[in-house]
Amino acid sequence: MGFWKLSVLLVPAALRLAAQEPAFSGVAPARGTGAAVAGAKEDPAAVERGGKLYATNCGGCHGVTARGGPGAPDLVRSVLVLDDEKGILIAPILRNGRPEQGMPKPDLTEPQIADIVAWLHVQTYAAGHRTTYAFLDVVSGDPKKGEAYFNSNCKFCHSASGDLKGIASRYEPIALQSRWLQPRGGRGGAGRGGSSGPAISPRSTVTVTVTLPSGQSFSGSLERIDDFNVSMRDSAGEYHSFTREGAVPKVEIHDPLKPHLDLLRKYTDPDIHNVTAYLVTLK
Amino acid sequence: MKMQRLVLLGCCAALPTLFAQLLKPSDLLKQPTDAWPTYNGDYSGRRFSPLTQINSGNVHTLSLAWATRFSGTGGGPGGGRGGAGGIQIKSTPLMINGVLYLTSPNHVWAADARTGRELWHYQYPANTGSTIGNRGVAIYGNWLYFESPDSHLVSLDARTGKERWKVEIADPKLDYTSTVAPVVIGNHIITGIGGDHLDNPGFIQSRDPETGALQWKWWTTPRKGEPGIETWPDEYAAAHGTGQAWIPGTYDPELNLYIVGTGNPNPVMAEKSRKGDNLYTCSIVALNPDTGKMVWYFQPSPHDVHDWDAVETPVLIDGVIDGQRRKLVLQASRNGYFFVLDRATGKRIVATPYIETLNWSKGLDAKGQPVPDPAKFPTVDGVLVSPSSNGATNWQAPSFDPDTGLLYVGTSRSYSMFYLTDTEDRPEGWAGLDQGVGDGGNALLAIDYRTGKTVWRHDWPSGSGVTHMLTTAGKLLFTSNGQNLIAFDPANGKILWHAGLMAAPSAGAITYLLDGKQYLTVAAGDSLYSFTVNQPVR
Repeated sequence: MGFWKLSVLLVPAALRLAAQEPAFSGVAPARGTGAAVAGAKEDPAAVERGGKLYATNCGGCHGVTARGGPGAPDLVRSVLVLDDEKGILIAPILRNGRPEQGMPKPDLTEPQIADIVAWLHVQTYAAGHRTTYAFLDVVSGDPKKGEAYFNSNCKFCHSASGDLKGIASRYEPIALQSRWLQPRGGRGGAGRGGSSGPAISPRSTVTVTVTLPSGQSFSGSLERIDDFNVSMRDSAGEYHSFTREGAVPKVEIHDPLKPHLDLLRKYTDPDIHNVTAYLVTLK
Repeated sequence: MKMQRLVLLGCCAALPTLFAQLLKPSDLLKQPTDAWPTYNGDYSGRRFSPLTQINSGNVHTLSLAWATRFSGTGGGPGGGRGGAGGIQIKSTPLMINGVLYLTSPNHVWAADARTGRELWHYQYPANTGSTIGNRGVAIYGNWLYFESPDSHLVSLDARTGKERWKVEIADPKLDYTSTVAPVVIGNHIITGIGGDHLDNPGFIQSRDPETGALQWKWWTTPRKGEPGIETWPDEYAAAHGTGQAWIPGTYDPELNLYIVGTGNPNPVMAEKSRKGDNLYTCSIVALNPDTGKMVWYFQPSPHDVHDWDAVETPVLIDGVIDGQRRKLVLQASRNGYFFVLDRATGKRIVATPYIETLNWSKGLDAKGQPVPDPAKFPTVDGVLVSPSSNGATNWQAPSFDPDTGLLYVGTSRSYSMFYLTDTEDRPEGWAGLDQGVGDGGNALLAIDYRTGKTVWRHDWPSGSGVTHMLTTAGKLLFTSNGQNLIAFDPANGKILWHAGLMAAPSAGAITYLLDGKQYLTVAAGDSLYSFTVNQPVR
């Protein structure tokens, strides 16, 4: 009974995540302005022209990011902008201004108005869609402290001159931080709809040993486990499946990545930032 | 007062009775065993059935009576993610008079509860609303009420599936989306909305059951001059503070209080433009259903920055605290805290974490509300927080068994890194990203309401821990793990029965008596499964 409980606790997070959560990709999907232009289905050239026209004609009052300025409203949160389709609502205001509300009539041609409308639609799309959000610079820690942390916590399994050699040239810092925290990936990241990441190294394969009441024992890589069944593939590639009833048969699981999960309870945020700062030096 | 209330409800119910009604609103005041007439089965949100035909002594013989797959044929947008035909039934079905009513986004079906045979299928027109999920319909007389992805309240004739009318309840172009199963109280159809991508105001509305006309609207954040506005920097921040109530609430007919949870404030992960507690986001609020006026509130997550909606079903129980009989509200909140409140006042009785990995709180304030640790607010370089943005639990239905005095809740000891991506003075939308980085295990917890302590737990070997619960007087607790539907002994957590389905159960199981037979019915992916215990051949 005691062992049974223990074996349950040893099961890795990825097995639980696999059923419903997207894996985190080490390769960041396209983000930022380009993603927002594509998502909003606007012409990139029009958006670029519109951005310049906006800055010259509108940014002074409505703010350079259209989030409002002294006396002029936020256009990203504007109900009129959000309700607009193809400039039907916005264009009349850009043609005539709103003198009664203190907005002068801008001097814009019809194509220029269309360009500003396209740029505004991209701003609202970008604010409302996490898939377009770009991570900022996540490297803030102290690489020396990170190296010290690495040497006292990570070097039993990893080496800067071995498995991690050149890791910083394979991953962007945000992907590197995500991957070293949880090599099997997790929820979120790619706007909660990420694609599957690169293959997990074979040395992180979860293995299982099942021992029957007769004493006969089977070992292999874990395929699936729940309260009623455990299955594996042995070293010859053969599939084995066992019915579970409580503590019978005995099931022992070994997850090489368990230390990564155990450390989640121990890291401070500076530890995390320092380790990342150290790992990004391993070019 | 109590008498008055019942008389009033009686009057309202009597008005449209020109022909036999499937369900009189006043029927909702008692818990039926031959129907499952609301999202939670009754107003209390306990998801406890007094039925005993299926019980701990015979559950090993529980067998499939029928299974039916529902499809959204006829084109149009998807019915939610997953399922063979893209259909994912996240609705708790209703069962009235031998007919089941179930939904997925853009779809409503009626099916014969005896056989599973589809009786009619209503398809909502193509639209751009989010198809993340739909929690089901409400019934009043012969009419069903359904919220569409593009935020319309649709009324159907329950007998035919024909549309009576539809009214817009929120502007879909402002990124609102609607998933709520409406709640019928007297002659009020109480609706909620969702959508937190663009800092739009949140509200709860009551609509007329005959016309859909607005009866009242309660903003989830205060307006100028209203109490609570002092918890925002200014009226503008409050008006864009969101706080969507996207799960049906519960109702106490004696106190005449509709008790419902609200969602996260906006911008979601950036807090600098909304310093303060940000009432009434991430709150449990008690509203008068006749007026829409708030009577009390309690805020599980003041100044939330982690997307921890406090929408989880507020479960109403009558319990004993320090030897005194009390009217209580229970919530296992998404932020990892379990709360017990006085139902008349909203005052805290118990507040304690139910996952031991929780790391974002500095303790409780004088009101018993958690005090967020600013060190765990999202940053550009990321902070590690437990629970994850998905929460220690989520919208999945808990259950309270009055025989054991335990609340059963599906939980995850999850972690996320929370990153700030928008550092402007006026951040907008989500303004940040989060990444799950694993968990310390997923478990079914049985929590003693008097102390908040876990009496027993079942750690799952794999699969999500955040699943739906149902208890019955047959000394049974039904839940799921992966594709397995599982019965436990609610007293001690012993597994008594299971069945592997073709998909993971995607909504709460229901139970009812039909022709003298107790059914257990559950939605999993695009299908419904119904189980009974077989009697010996006579």
